[in-house]
Formats: sequence, C-alpha cells, structure tokens
Amino acid sequence: MTQSHPQSIADAALSGPKGPKPKRRFSPANLFLYGTLIVMSLYYLLPLWVMVVTSLKDMAEVRMGNIFAPPVEITFQPWVKAWSEACTGINCDGLSRGFWNSVQILIPSVILSITVASVSGYGLSMWKFKGSEFFFNVLLLGAFIPYQIMLYPIVIILREMGLMGSLGGLVLVHMIFGMPINTLLFRNYFSSIPQELFKAARVDGAGFWAIFFKIMLPMSLPIFVVSMIIQVTGIWNDFLFGVVYTKPAIYPMTVQLNNIVNSVQGVKEYNVNMAATLLTGLVPLVIYFVSGKLFVRGIAAGAVKG
Amino acid sequence: MTVIENPSVSIKNLDLNFGAVKVLKDLNLDIAHGEFIVLLGASGCGKSTLLNCIAGLLEVSGGQIHIGGNNVTWAEPSERGIGMVFQSYALYPQMTVRGNLTFGLKNAKVPKAEIEKRVARAAEILQMEELLDRKPGALSGGQRQRVAIGRALVRDVDVFLFDEPLSNLDAKLRTDLRVELKQLHQQLKNTMIYVTHDQVEALTLADRIAIMKDGLIQQLASPKEIYNRPVNKYVADFIGSPAMNFFEGDVDSGVFTAGDLSIDLKGYEFTPAGQTGGPAWFGIRPEHVVVDGTGPVQLQVTAQIVEPMGSDTLVWTQVAGAPFRIRMDGTSTVQSGDVLNISFDPAHASMFDKATEERL
Repeated sequence: MTQSHPQSIADAALSGPKGPKPKRRFSPANLFLYGTLIVMSLYYLLPLWVMVVTSLKDMAEVRMGNIFAPPVEITFQPWVKAWSEACTGINCDGLSRGFWNSVQILIPSVILSITVASVSGYGLSMWKFKGSEFFFNVLLLGAFIPYQIMLYPIVIILREMGLMGSLGGLVLVHMIFGMPINTLLFRNYFSSIPQELFKAARVDGAGFWAIFFKIMLPMSLPIFVVSMIIQVTGIWNDFLFGVVYTKPAIYPMTVQLNNIVNSVQGVKEYNVNMAATLLTGLVPLVIYFVSGKLFVRGIAAGAVKG
Repeated sequence: MTVIENPSVSIKNLDLNFGAVKVLKDLNLDIAHGEFIVLLGASGCGKSTLLNCIAGLLEVSGGQIHIGGNNVTWAEPSERGIGMVFQSYALYPQMTVRGNLTFGLKNAKVPKAEIEKRVARAAEILQMEELLDRKPGALSGGQRQRVAIGRALVRDVDVFLFDEPLSNLDAKLRTDLRVELKQLHQQLKNTMIYVTHDQVEALTLADRIAIMKDGLIQQLASPKEIYNRPVNKYVADFIGSPAMNFFEGDVDSGVFTAGDLSIDLKGYEFTPAGQTGGPAWFGIRPEHVVVDGTGPVQLQVTAQIVEPMGSDTLVWTQVAGAPFRIRMDGTSTVQSGDVLNISFDPAHASMFDKATEERL
C-alpha cells in the first residue's frame, strides 16, 4: 500500500488523455462497415433462403407464390424425388446416378492431378534443369488457353486412344487441365521452402523421391489442402467436359441436374428442382466447411520458423 | 607458399560459371589434414559458391576436387565424406532432433546399433542429450545450431563444411558458440572449412585464412600474417576494425612523402620484388598509433570526432588530407578539438603500389 501511494500522486499529476484510448462502438465508420456487411450478406443469402424454403414446400404451396415465406407444412418429398425418382429421358432413378458418377470421376481425377502437379512443382522448384523455366512457362501458358479451343482436338485424341465416352477419358482430361494452375501452386510453395533444407537433405544422402516424401511432403499439408479445394470444386462443378466427353449413362451430376431442371415435359416442379440443385451444390459446400478448418490447422502445423 | 603433402582437401584449377558470369576462376587450394581453414570475403566474392562446389551441391564448370585422396568431382554430396552446417540450420522441421541426426545414417543404411552409438556420442559432445526428442521448433537458435553441427558430427566424416553457421545468432551467443567450435575442432581434429564474412570469426578460428575477392583467393596465410603483412591493399583494408589508415604519396629512396608530410621508412621490410620508388599507398593500423609515444614518426593532429566504444576509444583525425583513425584506451578523456601528439613505427606499416595495389 505504501508503494501505491506515490503512484496515485503521480497519476493525479497527469492531466489530459492517459491510458488506453476509449473506443466508440457506434462510430460512423463502424456503422457503415457493419451496415454494408449485413446488407451484402442478406443479398447473397436470400437466394439460398428461397431455395431451401421452396424445396421444403409441396407444389400446392409453391403455386401460392409467396416465395420468401417459410413452408406452412414441411415436406421432404421433393428431396426424395430429386435424389431417387426424378426422370431424365428414360431413366427415372433421380440424381443419385449422377452423384455416383461424379464421385467416380472426382476421386481418381483429384488424386491423379494433385499427384502429378505436386511432383512436377517439386521438380521444377528444387531440381532445376536446363530449360526448366521455359518448360514451366509453356505449362503456364496452358492456363490461359480457353477450353473451347481444345474441345474438338481432345475429342479426336480421346477417340484415337479409345477413351471417348468413358470415365477414364474424362479423368484424363481433368488431370491435364488441372496441371497448369496446380503445378504453379506447388512450385511456388516449394520455392518458398529454404534451399538449404534441400541441400542438407542431399548431403544426408536423400535422392529425388526420398527428399520429396520425407522432407517436402510433411511440410506441405497446407498447399495440398488448397490444391484439393481447387480441384474438388472445379471438377465437381464441371459441366462442359462432362457433357462433351461422356455418354448419358455416366453423365456427372451437374449434367444430370441440367437435364432434370430443363426438361420441358409436364409440370415444372420447382420444389424438386430446388432440392436437386441444393443436393448438387452440397459436395463443394461440405468441402469448404470441412477443409476450411483443416486449412487453418495445416498452416499452423507448417509454421516452424527456421 | 608451402606445399602440403597428402592434402585432406585439394582443389585443382576449379572454374565455376553461372551462364556467362565466371564466379570462380582457376582456383587452387590445398588443405591439410586437421586444418581449420576460413574462407573470408565480402558478399558475392564466391566463398559460399566454393564451399557448395566442395560439398557437391553445385556442378563445377572445370577443374577437379579431391577429398581424402579421392577425386570426388563427379560424386554425390553424400558420397564425398563431408558433413555440412548451414546458416539457417536447415533442420527438418517435422522430425525430432534424433530424427534429424539419424536421417542421413538411415539413408546410408547404417546398422541400428551403430546409429545409436553415434547419436549418443554426438549428443554427449554437444551436450544436448535432453533435446533429442524435441522438435526444432521448440529449440532456441543456439540449440538449433548445435543440432545442425551434430548432424554433421554423426556422419563420422573427415571434412566439415560450415556455411556462415553463426550469422543468424545474436552477438553474445555467437561469441559463445565460436569458442565451442574451436574447442570442438581441438577435440575432433577434423579438417574444417568455414565460410564467413565476419573477420573476427576468421581471425579467432582459423589456422589459415583464404581471403577471396571476385572468385580469386587474394591471400592464403595464417591470421597473424594476414593481419600484419597483407599482400595487397584490398586485404589490408578488409581485415581489421576499425580499418587501416591510408594516405597516398610517393616513395623515393626509403622516404615516403605526401604533401608536406614525409616519413622515413627505416625499419619497414620491403618485399624482395617491390623495392622501387613511385606513387604508393602508406597504411598504418589505428592500433599501431600511439598518443604521446616515442615512435620514430611524430605528428601533431586535431581530434575531430571521438567515439567511445567501451574497451577502446576511437578518435577520428586528419593526416595529409585523409581521414586518420587512432585507437586509444577506453579510459581516455580526449574530446573533439583537442590537439594530440601521435607517433608510430614504420615497421608496423604496410606499403602498397599505387597502380597495382600490391605490397611493396
């Protein structure tokens, strides 16, 4: 107590502002900032709201036209129908067929494209060879060529390889088109890893693959997650390649969704269409939610300052 | 130059080009067994490049490298019988200290019992037994560098390469580890090649220093020789802090004149080849100048700036139109504006030809 005495005298002697500056909760800047954020989120969430409530109404309620109103009587029938009963052409087994097709396309495409891109990115950043920069630039150029230009040549190539209209052909196409951007990602990530680490591993007798698997891979979880997000959403959402390079029996989910929603026969079942669209969008959505967490953890795990 | 019989490391006519840039030019260097050699130079002089060539991390453009009597010019880094310590430690972040130490041995398929033995020995020498199961992220800078040295140690090699190993540490730790390194060398008696830009490290650690500039070795000699008899003006200027005082003038029959200053060079040892007259640089180290002394050369100067540095006081003056530094005792009470009587002995001086900058 005796010690605090001179302190309080000193405090009393200080006039004017002291200590932490008081913060105003409702300053004009804050009002503007949060106001804008709230308006923008409403703007983006409103369509989702309409979709969700419509998909939970029966057709009688949909026809009443109050698209923003929540359902009076909740029904999951449209979801069941979209998943397992909706018709495209002569098939009436719903979106489930497309879902499994998409899964079969997605898994090998993502694994293959990330494997190839990570190894090429590693090679291009750590084992530079004569012309490696040129090679990389050519690869990058691939990212800027519009897909439409390559559509028909690839049809011919796949036909010659006997892969036209098959899952394998589509997987190959996804792998090739995923390479430029993912190789760039991996190359830049590996370039940020200190060269000395690579040199130390070489002195320790590790070769190309040993350095890749034992040193580089354990350090690169974040970039794998980023690459996976890009590839999963890109391949899942792909429509163009799916419709061009496959046949109806193996159409991916996006193509099938289009066929259900755009079918011109009979009554437009808005509730089923909404449910089908939500089902199709679910996979990328889940990926974002799940990997967002992983992503942060991955960054934190890799953050060892040398 | 003395010829080294059966050298531990021998570099013969080494060239290294990056595209059109010649980084190392026809470089020759023999290093004896158990010798501690320091490659010293400013950034971009090629010292790290030379070390990387010896390690096998850079492919040479010409010449040969021999380690332990074998021509290793084309050998992989791991096959050369070297261990290397890097500036940024380069520890594998996801492995424990033990994992870091054993990674190379596992790659070389060394038997388990042998690995255990070597790790135990390295941990004992470097006093890091309690760190073995930690990850590098949980270590301090000094501990990390110790692990990096340990990683070279367990390889059980004859030649250690150090690439500025202390540059990332703070000043106090650097001094401590410097002493530890010297102890380690006395204990292990390995050949050590050490790259640094820090002249104190070079002078304290080296048996011999190779001063490099533009891909060439300027002088290869013991620290004493380099400090006292630098072969050219670059070396003289580079070594010593504060730097050597220079003034330019002419030498004629044993007398150096610069303006109205004239110094009788009695006692200065000319090199056999260079005893000619003509334009020259006269150099004298700040610590060889004595205030109120009785040296053969006596001058009067005015102190302009006084920099107290604790143990010493550095006084800036002017002689013959050039800045002239004097190193005085830390207890000195000189103030700027004071007039000082200084003296020095030309035997301590270094003379260089004006044109070639070679020692006279």
